[in-house]
Amino acid sequence: MTKPSRQISPQTLQMLAVRDARDRAAFSRLFDYFAPRLKGFIMRSGTGSGQAEEIVQDVMLTVWRKASMFDPQRANVSAWIYQIARNRQIDVIRKENRPLPEALGAPPADEPDASQILAVEQEAGQLKDALARLKPDQREIIEKAYLGELTHQEISTQTGLPLGTIKSRIRLGLERLRHELKDAR
Amino acid sequence: MRGKMTAITHHIPDALLAAYAAGSLPQPYALVVASHISLCLDCRATFDAHQAAGGAVLDTAERAHLSNGVKARVLEQLDAPVAPEPVFQRSGVFPGPVMEVLKGKPPRWRTVGGGVRQSILSATGEGSVRLLFIPPGQAVPDHSHNGLELTLVLQGSFSDETGRFGVGDMEVADEHLEHTPVADVGAPCICLAATDAPLRFRTLVPRLLQPLFRI
Repeated sequence: MTKPSRQISPQTLQMLAVRDARDRAAFSRLFDYFAPRLKGFIMRSGTGSGQAEEIVQDVMLTVWRKASMFDPQRANVSAWIYQIARNRQIDVIRKENRPLPEALGAPPADEPDASQILAVEQEAGQLKDALARLKPDQREIIEKAYLGELTHQEISTQTGLPLGTIKSRIRLGLERLRHELKDAR
Repeated sequence: MRGKMTAITHHIPDALLAAYAAGSLPQPYALVVASHISLCLDCRATFDAHQAAGGAVLDTAERAHLSNGVKARVLEQLDAPVAPEPVFQRSGVFPGPVMEVLKGKPPRWRTVGGGVRQSILSATGEGSVRLLFIPPGQAVPDHSHNGLELTLVLQGSFSDETGRFGVGDMEVADEHLEHTPVADVGAPCICLAATDAPLRFRTLVPRLLQPLFRI
């Protein structure tokens, strides 16, 4: 079990430094953390090393360019980069633009709420723990699902999905969204 | 516009949202799901949760060694000018993802009979997605679909054997559902509908002509 951390993770702080101060050193550290994981993640679905590296480059450049959209009160850095990576993989491999929901708009400009950020990170940690506790075959199904290797029908018939942890994540996420939107009105 | 608080009662089933978050839904369905999330805070929260799960998978992925020069190439490009991507806003009843496919222009409707109009947004071997305009009290032309059919209400409402669907509601129908949606009285019903096969209207046009009209 990961101990619930009382401190915001280095990745989130680096991402905020990129977003708010265009900090290149912070970006460089984010690159070192995420680029090898992204390459491994992308290659798992059969993409060759060369093409995977091209996608990694595109994803990391998008992280830099779209940093203003990063909202740690809604998504932790890994979740945000995961989505960018999947969008890019679809663009490249299927040659189609993936339809995306309307953006909720830039995150509120006032001082970020550290307790909200910590709550989002804590849930992310719980998800990682839940994933680690699964039996290898169950874990593989979840990984395949989020790598985009299962069809909708295959996901529907898998009993391992959704994880109980996702359910509580949904409820808390909804409360946060309602809160954030109320403030924005 | 930010998420509208309407009383949406028919949401996206979880497996479908997981498939969307993972990027494994064909484009026609993905467009309907993205449009529903644009209107529905509950499903946006579920979508966020699936992204978090995907993030956990990414975070625990086995690390692969990067070739020399990859990082340098990225750092070099940080200052390169980039053309801003157009952002398509919601327009009237049409959510942002629909406006994106329409490239910001209003839909071009074509009559299919009985006052019903349609505007095909895309049609490929993977399926098709279209806007439907159904006058009040009018039934959606008798149709069959081979597999999954997703219908999102954008204006007005319709009812069929399974219930009533208002703005923001999404009906999920599989090949077993024989249904006859009828637009309720009031405003004309406008829907976004995706199928994995060409939607066949059984009564309006002889089957032989359907390829010509792509209906």
